[in-house]
Amino acid sequence: MSTLPPLAAYAMRLGDDALIVGQRLSEWCGHAPALEVDLSLANVALDQIGQATHFLGLAGAIEGKGRDADALAFRRDVMDFTNCLLAEQPNGDFAQTIARQFLFSHYQELLYAALAAAKDERFSAIAAKALKEVGYHATLASDWVVRLGDGTEESRTRIVAGLDWMWRFADELFAMDDVDAAAIADGVGVDKAALRGAWDQRVDAVLADATLERPPARRPVVGGRRGRHSEHLGRLLSEMQFLQRAYPGATW
Amino acid sequence: MSAAPASMKSAETGANAARGHAGGQGEAAAVEEIMRVLAGVPDPEIPAVSVIDLGIVRDANATRVLITPTYTGCPATLAIEQAIRAALDANGFSAVAIETALSPPWSSDWISDEGREKLRAYGIAPPPKGAGAASLKNAQAAECPRCGSGNTEEISRFGSTPCKALWRCKACAEPFDRFKCH
Repeated sequence: MSTLPPLAAYAMRLGDDALIVGQRLSEWCGHAPALEVDLSLANVALDQIGQATHFLGLAGAIEGKGRDADALAFRRDVMDFTNCLLAEQPNGDFAQTIARQFLFSHYQELLYAALAAAKDERFSAIAAKALKEVGYHATLASDWVVRLGDGTEESRTRIVAGLDWMWRFADELFAMDDVDAAAIADGVGVDKAALRGAWDQRVDAVLADATLERPPARRPVVGGRRGRHSEHLGRLLSEMQFLQRAYPGATW
Repeated sequence: MSAAPASMKSAETGANAARGHAGGQGEAAAVEEIMRVLAGVPDPEIPAVSVIDLGIVRDANATRVLITPTYTGCPATLAIEQAIRAALDANGFSAVAIETALSPPWSSDWISDEGREKLRAYGIAPPPKGAGAASLKNAQAAECPRCGSGNTEEISRFGSTPCKALWRCKACAEPFDRFKCH
């Protein structure tokens, strides 16, 4: 990663988050508990993959070595991905997927709102466009957290377990490093640590509405931004990248 | 698709319009002709409305057409660009480039009044102007495009395409698509 220009690395992180969340959600296609939910998750996946296309395309353009969004999505190995660990967590049951989406979408909405003010129009234009879509995702996930939490004993047990698992990956969303600092110096980067307070407020308000408590504090798990991933990402990529791995350079 | 003689005829018309590019008046005529051509390009997902009705075409001059995607992941984006390219080529505007702009982001407020009426007639409730997306708990009621009743409910915020939500009319019991506020 150190060979990438900082802004390319920054765009790549944004793209990787969206791509991996989108790929995970698309695994639900045809398997969701109800047709309406199936459509919802597929639509959110589509938005995320669309955003990933823009951000990865931008990363490739800044890098200037001829790699487009497809090349970055399909021809990188697991250590070169810089998505947050939350994004790659397995879907589990529906409640676990909703828990992941809930934590992620509120972060992404706050992030894009700040990024829409970036001085670099290449970043701000994508963020302003995507912000409207992400607002829908946060609302969808929040509504389901309330339904599940304030629903039956079974649904409550499942959303509690889902949030309990996902919670340990939340701190990484707001962690800052040298890539963030360089992007801020270029008038693009967002001070993610400063978004934590607003995120806490939003998440706590929905949890209260859902009659849920915050999960107990756990030791945060980090490393995704440096390419240190859980074993789950490799499996996700082996499916997502199958065609280009089996038939390198295939086009149609 | 359309018969060869017809497209040859329109190619001639386009060439006539393109001939006058040099003068300001000629350019105005060319732009008018380009807009007329684009008004005949339907949206691939909702063929009742054109790319002009939906506000996908942001600007046009004699050398380029500026378009904007509705949603970042809309699968129709590429099909729309190809359809616009084909229509321009068939009408003698091969030299007119197509450019894509993301900023400012597309809004459902850009759907023309005519486009809204076409959507309604097609069975899709048009989005209210200037209204923001609301939560499940306080979604603004839509008017049933079939019977006109306001006694409706949202079934799913996400529908058959990124731009539509699924609703149901409690008066006539018919389900319908609603164009999302965006």
